[in-house]
Amino acid sequence: MAVIEVDDLTRSYRAASGIWRRSSKVIEAVKGISFEVERGELFGLLGPNGAGKTTTIKMLITLLLPTGGHARVLGQDVVKDAREVRRRVGYVFGGDRGLYERLSGLDNLKYFAELYGVPRRDQGPRIGELLELVKLDGRERERVEGYSRGMRQRLHIARGLLHKPEVLFLDEPSIGIDPVGARELRQTVASLVEGGTTVLLTTHYMFEADELCDRIAVIAGGEIVARGTPAELKRGVSGGSVLEVEVFGSAEDSMATVRSLPGVTSVVVEDRGQAQVLVVRVDTGAEVTQAVLATLGGVPVGRVATREPTLEDAYVELVETGVPA
Amino acid sequence: MTAVLRLLLVGWWLQLKMRSRSAFDGILAIVYPLFFATSVLLMYRQGGSESALIGAAVGASVLGVWSAVATTASTSLQQERRLGTLELLVAAPTRFALLVVPMTLAMGTIGLYSLVATLLWGRFAFGIPISLGHPLVFALASVATAVGVSLMGFLLAVSAVRYRGAWALGTAFELPVWLVCGFLVPIAALPGWVRPISWVLPPTWGVAAIRHAAFGGSPWGDIALCLLLSVLYAVVGTWLSGRLVTSARTHATLALT
Ligand SMILES: Nc1ncnc2c1ncn2[C@@H]1O[C@H](COP(=O)(O)OP(=O)(O)OP(=O)(O)O)[C@@H](O)[C@H]1O
Ligand SMILES: [Mg+2]
Repeated sequence: MAVIEVDDLTRSYRAASGIWRRSSKVIEAVKGISFEVERGELFGLLGPNGAGKTTTIKMLITLLLPTGGHARVLGQDVVKDAREVRRRVGYVFGGDRGLYERLSGLDNLKYFAELYGVPRRDQGPRIGELLELVKLDGRERERVEGYSRGMRQRLHIARGLLHKPEVLFLDEPSIGIDPVGARELRQTVASLVEGGTTVLLTTHYMFEADELCDRIAVIAGGEIVARGTPAELKRGVSGGSVLEVEVFGSAEDSMATVRSLPGVTSVVVEDRGQAQVLVVRVDTGAEVTQAVLATLGGVPVGRVATREPTLEDAYVELVETGVPA
Repeated sequence: MTAVLRLLLVGWWLQLKMRSRSAFDGILAIVYPLFFATSVLLMYRQGGSESALIGAAVGASVLGVWSAVATTASTSLQQERRLGTLELLVAAPTRFALLVVPMTLAMGTIGLYSLVATLLWGRFAFGIPISLGHPLVFALASVATAVGVSLMGFLLAVSAVRYRGAWALGTAFELPVWLVCGFLVPIAALPGWVRPISWVLPPTWGVAAIRHAAFGGSPWGDIALCLLLSVLYAVVGTWLSGRLVTSARTHATLALT
């Protein structure tokens, strides 16, 4: 049985604008999405800003009531059995809000342990264990005011795990964490999943999603535009390979010509320091390197390389074309 | 049941810790009631009898409790919203009301300090002889008053979970409640139609109880009424908070956006 079942879930907001003459506009943030997450799976929800990821998560953790459709978590309806859902899920969001600044890290954890009904005799050991897990042991008696961003984020994670949730919702947990911290976070998440926790993760870092997620749904404009394993998404979008040509000069001029070459599916120009990089997606079997170089004429060219498409390539293409799957 | 009591106790203690840690709030809480007490006592010393002066000191002290609770209670959930913790509180399996009650109880506790400070100030700076006939009864009346004020604060506080503008309620009600509960002016001096409003506000009975205790009368009836109304406020507030949280989930007002 799926642990998270989302069926035609919809949420709109009424956004008021103006002070005197209240006009309200309806924003459809989530437009009837459906997906399922199996027990023990790590499911990624990817999508551009404002796609509806946070809105979806907030409906699943009972902070927002859906305006349409249904969702069940661990077999419990998120509207009718909200209390039961709350007891069994954990929620961690990125950023440095959501903590009591004037209390110590330890007091923050104690409070939430109480809120989640962690039995008194288990609280001490559980908090100790989590502090160790997120590497805050030794700093727990300091006030949160003085914590760095990464420390706050780690405290958040400890908070979200206090009651050993069966399903964990992570909304951009790695935002603002340094690379080493982010790597440790990925390890923590991976080991939770190994221990049987089901995780729903949103992130804007594609390598993170690629490394962690068993399956992914890409959401744009409130609709799911693609879904599958990272490998499927990479293959599914354009197939073939990616040709990258480093150009010292204006690469934009030749974009149109390159795009019209046979075998080329798409072209993007990225700025990388002094150079611009022409990222050309190429059909399987087509050989366009020479043709592309020819179109550049006299513009000096640096490194030329062909590589496998990454999840980011797939993502950019999906989000830019935005055709619902 | 014990779990609920524990939750209330832990919540109260942490809230007290949090609220007593800001230097600015601390100084304000210490100094503000004294200024107020001074003005009131100077005014009453002009023409009043000794008993009027004692009455004024008691009134000013309860006023301190109410002032400590009114504005802070109605702004506290907006503060949680700003901290980003409001959503976390709602997402927890515990009934929301049980998280808000300790907040206002902590405020009421800080208010008790203000009550004691005002009385001591009256005693030593103005020489007002407050003979605590039965210190224990007096203390009990004060605690009952603080509880009543806290639960009134609770009712104010929960509105802010749904309405982001509700933080202004405390300021709006602060002065009217001074007047209507007869902190400084006897209720008998107010127009007749105001009286029923006074009767349903717990502090009315709280001040009456403390006055009786100070003048050696029997405060028990007033204490009982004050506590009874407190329970009523707790029940209404709990019901209301359930409704308002649901409404906040419908209208998406738990987050700042
Ligand atoms: N409380 C609210 N009131 C009105 N509109 C809202 C509210 N919350 C979100 N929205 C709108 O709903 C849409 C989806 O927002 P949501 O926060 O779910 O996006 P997201 O995918 O999480 O984006 P991001 O990657 O930026 O976090 C946006 O257009 C946003 O402006
Ligand atoms: Mg978001």
